[in-house]
Amino acid sequence: MIKLLINGKARALDVPDDMPLLYALRDILGLTGTKFGCGMALCGACTIHVDGQPVRSCVMPVSAAAGKRLTTIEAVGATPAGKRAQDAWLELQVAQCGYCQSGQIMAAAALLAHTPQPTDEEIDAAMSGNICRCGTYPRIRAAIKRAAGKP
Amino acid sequence: MWWSFALPLVFAQLAASAAGGPALFDPVASVVMHRRCLNCHQADAPRQTDRGVRHAQRVVRGTGGANPRDGGHGAPTLQCQACHQTTNTAEGRVPGVAHWSLAPRSMTWEGLSKAQICQQLKDPARNGNRTTAHEMIEHMRVDPLVLWAWNPGANRTTPPLDHASFVKALDAWAAAGMPCPQDKTP
Repeated sequence: MIKLLINGKARALDVPDDMPLLYALRDILGLTGTKFGCGMALCGACTIHVDGQPVRSCVMPVSAAAGKRLTTIEAVGATPAGKRAQDAWLELQVAQCGYCQSGQIMAAAALLAHTPQPTDEEIDAAMSGNICRCGTYPRIRAAIKRAAGKP
Repeated sequence: MWWSFALPLVFAQLAASAAGGPALFDPVASVVMHRRCLNCHQADAPRQTDRGVRHAQRVVRGTGGANPRDGGHGAPTLQCQACHQTTNTAEGRVPGVAHWSLAPRSMTWEGLSKAQICQQLKDPARNGNRTTAHEMIEHMRVDPLVLWAWNPGANRTTPPLDHASFVKALDAWAAAGMPCPQDKTP
């Protein structure tokens, strides 16, 4: 059994050690807000927080997450930075198709928690691994600035 | 006559110096200048593949990790470990090993000549503060990131020497006093 602490709740899973954490989240625990995009850590759709750091859950073995504090899009709104990001996303209607947006918000929430007033350069460096095929990048940047209280 | 004995000795010494001198660095250089080694010995951003293209997603050296001044682990919230696990994942397509990161900025090799890299390996200020040949070779012998290069998976290329031959070449170079080639003057 692998013991995980997900969104503040302890869970024990009877799954293979090398199962991608994303599969455990979505298929075993039903936390389907985290998305499968590329399966190769290239798009960022599966981003969750592991001990506060964004991680691509599609390539993290579930066993590597044991004993760590995991946060998914379902609970990030309970954190101050996550709440600010989600509110800004709604205000600016960032999403188009929306598929990548849970990953985008997770990356943005981690950025805002670490750097409450990020510069353009810091936004680029933090968000460059999250791909949006609808091209909502200008709105993503604007929403991060809105969440940071910047004009 | 004395010179009839001495002359061959002089030639022998010259020959030994050619084969045992700076040429001893050639096999070492064939590895450390391999594209995959250079990919992580970069100043500002990692590179990847045998062509040394800029790392996907424009990953940066950043200020993340334990040493924000030198960074090397990516941006503070987009660190190497966001994707690179302790082993290869996604059927080897996402490389991984313990402490995946760039080499320190001071150990940048990209753009340097063989002679320059040779000098750099001997300079504690630019070799990771390794003050002896033994310490420098130890990095090449046991560092998981270095060793990964010989077991990269997913049909990636490996350095031209196997790892045991590489360490043997390093030992021979060190035993000769770490002689370095000279850059040709223009």
